[in-house]
Amino acid sequence: MSPQRPNRCWVVVRTTIALGWLLVVWVMLWGTWSVGTVLSGLLVVFGIAVVLPLPRVDVRWRIRPLRFAVLVGAFLRDLVVSSVQVAWLGIRPGPPPNSAVIGIRLRSSSDLVLTVVAELLTLVPGSVVIEVSQTEHSLYAHVLDIDDTQQVEEFRERVRELEERVTRALGTEADVRALSEVP
Amino acid sequence: MTAQLLEILSAVLLLSGGALTLAAAVGLIRFPDVLARMHAATKPQVLGLLLVLAGVGIQLRDNVDVWMLVLAGLFQLLTAPVSAHLVGRLAYRTRHSRRDQLTVDELERDAPGA
Repeated sequence: MSPQRPNRCWVVVRTTIALGWLLVVWVMLWGTWSVGTVLSGLLVVFGIAVVLPLPRVDVRWRIRPLRFAVLVGAFLRDLVVSSVQVAWLGIRPGPPPNSAVIGIRLRSSSDLVLTVVAELLTLVPGSVVIEVSQTEHSLYAHVLDIDDTQQVEEFRERVRELEERVTRALGTEADVRALSEVP
Repeated sequence: MTAQLLEILSAVLLLSGGALTLAAAVGLIRFPDVLARMHAATKPQVLGLLLVLAGVGIQLRDNVDVWMLVLAGLFQLLTAPVSAHLVGRLAYRTRHSRRDQLTVDELERDAPGA
């Protein structure tokens, strides 16, 4: 896999992964790996590929299994913590919490990192992403329960940590280098 | 013995998942604006559903439908943030949110009128 020239071999690999994933979903829906489900699945998958082709997305990434496990582990921990926090904010007596819209500029210029960070940020630490700028690699999140500027800085720090985990799990070497280069 | 432990685990998962989803529903009503409500709809709701699915998965154990639960959980994780983002973005842009509730608004500062 050479990122410089996306040769035909790489295109075949990529298409196989995409179609294979659809086939796996199909078989999981039926629940059994019988010849019938696989064959009908292949028919459906190739039908989808022909009728509804998706645009090509050029993202460079590499997966580091250990760092990826760290990312998933941290995500599950955050999911539990923030779920309980938001649930408590919802049911506790008293006035509703204050919130804030906070902008964060990411250090890496990778679209993949931006996408994954935005997606995870909406699921985890008390935030919903409301605006993303692909050209400036920045995103704006609505964050619950923010009362002062110190909490704003704490949130920014959490996002930096999240970005670092995502980049180390899925980013290219250049993305990882950018983490330490940009202040 | 193992079967009993699994029963208890499954019951705990189902109940805690249900409790989280209930709290999410209460938050959905009590939070002041669309943006805050999106928080209730994404976090406790997603985890609540995952816990319920896990509880049901234990009940079904050897059934082939367990895989469908895995898919339901997976797609919930993939799609909930996207819909929350779109609804939140729309609510902010069309000013259907309570901006007076915000401590800081850096989007208004960086892109006035957005």
